[in-house]
Amino acid sequence: MLGAQLAALHDGALPGVDEALDLIAGFDDALVSGFARLGEERAAALVALAGALGGTPLGPSAAEAAGKVTVGSITDEHLTTLAGARTALFGAVHDALLARLDDALGRSRADWEGTQPQSGDPLAGACRSWLAELAITGWRGVDHGLASSADQAIQNLLAEPRLRRPAMLLDGLAAELRASSPVGAMERLPARRWADLWARGLLLTRTGGLEATELVSGRLLPLGVDVHEHGTAVQIQIHAILEPHGRLVRTSVAAAKVDTIAGPFVWQLLSSYPVLLDALARRLSLEVTDMPLLPSGDLLWHEGRASAGAYTDPFATARVQLTGAVSPAVPPLERHPVRIAEPVFVEGYKSDGKTLQLDGSGLAFDLDRLPQSGPLTPQLLKASTACIGLMRWDGGQWRLQPLAVQATVKKERLAVHNGDWALGPTDQKARGSGAKAGDPVAVLKERAGRLLRR
Amino acid sequence: MNAERPAWEQLSGARVLSPVQPRKLAKVPFVEMAEGRLQGVVSSGSDIERVYVSSITAGTHGYNCSTNNNRPCGGLRGTPCKHLQSLVEEAVLQYGLERVARYLRAEGDSAATLVRILSGGHESIPAAVVFSRFLRHLAYLELPDTSEPVAELHWFPSLGAVS
Repeated sequence: MLGAQLAALHDGALPGVDEALDLIAGFDDALVSGFARLGEERAAALVALAGALGGTPLGPSAAEAAGKVTVGSITDEHLTTLAGARTALFGAVHDALLARLDDALGRSRADWEGTQPQSGDPLAGACRSWLAELAITGWRGVDHGLASSADQAIQNLLAEPRLRRPAMLLDGLAAELRASSPVGAMERLPARRWADLWARGLLLTRTGGLEATELVSGRLLPLGVDVHEHGTAVQIQIHAILEPHGRLVRTSVAAAKVDTIAGPFVWQLLSSYPVLLDALARRLSLEVTDMPLLPSGDLLWHEGRASAGAYTDPFATARVQLTGAVSPAVPPLERHPVRIAEPVFVEGYKSDGKTLQLDGSGLAFDLDRLPQSGPLTPQLLKASTACIGLMRWDGGQWRLQPLAVQATVKKERLAVHNGDWALGPTDQKARGSGAKAGDPVAVLKERAGRLLRR
Repeated sequence: MNAERPAWEQLSGARVLSPVQPRKLAKVPFVEMAEGRLQGVVSSGSDIERVYVSSITAGTHGYNCSTNNNRPCGGLRGTPCKHLQSLVEEAVLQYGLERVARYLRAEGDSAATLVRILSGGHESIPAAVVFSRFLRHLAYLELPDTSEPVAELHWFPSLGAVS
């Protein structure tokens, strides 16, 4: 990314985005106090949100749902429609942001050619009732009882591999609500975030998984790895260029965990993917054969269809091949600003560890997305002059989430990557603190082996 | 561009939970603050098959310790046993003194003082409930992993150390 591209990204407000976000904030505020006691102002906010979709196919049903909910008729169908309306509005914000980013970067993007199947798994019913109860009560009214009341239902979802996505989402939301209870005593609420998760939960429990549309073969050149994590889940998502197609793709693997397994130990939970982890730790390319590719640009990773290739420098890949690579389409239901994670390469900047300056334009580093499972630190960002990262947008601001940096430390030129510790920490200090903590994965697996199957 | 951080309330990726601090799990594999209690499981020092279930009720500071088969802990003679001490020590490591003290509604400047002020005496708290929560906790490690992309986890950035 060049200074001029960064300047173009910030050049002028995007029409309609602030208005859309205001409508969403009004809806989120209604969820704070609950749909059972909306009051005039919050009822008007729901109607206004529905009104914004007046010219779309969703318009009439959204208007009806808002009308019914504001007079106290709160059904699963109406709540789902309102969640859909909020999601559609955020979808429009997402599209505007991504179009601006693609324009600024000169990046071309594939058209959406997949289908988004519907599903109505009965197992999800109890979780949907819980989401309805939360909306009626409002976040402010959530106590320990309500926060925990879906625990069993979420366990049932977790046990069903097809429902892993809603299960991981709702387990994350429930844990936050439990830890925050009684929510009424909180000084401030993560209103945007919880409304996002709530709406996503309602839609996701009605959505089936995407089907692979093609099988691809070729060489995968990794750019970097993004790590997602909450108390009971971890996912690594590798961004890579697929040769010879010149396509940007991602591949992810996720595992369940518990909160006491964190930091560098999370890699051990993914040990059934040795080819993938080895490639990350040793910076190897990967040869893939007939790997299923989703229309969202996600390769469904199969260890058996991959083998390690030659050493490859992600910075060389980023420098040479990222500019011309084609980005994948975004599935309709995943159009939300939080999912924007577009790989970019920036070099020749000055950094204070928080923000980088490039030809007179500034861009903040996303320090909230620096994982403990890798070697990147704010000190390294400060010493860095080149970065492979993901463009992120949240709360009205673009930020750069670093995946790898080149930095000069003690006159030595280093390249440091998020995935460097995929086979265990390579750094003395991290190894030392790891040894001090023992091996939580081994301890808990031993306990599980001895106690679970009695 | 302004470098000010946007309002936390307006962030989709707002961090709500602080990461738990790493600790050795060998002695106390499980500790939680839930159901109005600080509770957990302490591995027996002498018998690898045996675990103790220890719990302290918030507010009243009543406590209990027994094996998972409901046999009372021999160390519990009018004062908290060593398992309860370990439970509090490890909870303080994991969550920090302030959070543990606030949850218990107790005051103390260390794990040891928190244990010393436990004045609620022996209270009948069912070990089975806590033990089954521990088993559920362990069951997470038995769930199969997946290579289906979980787009929802973009809402959950890895719990970094800085902010």
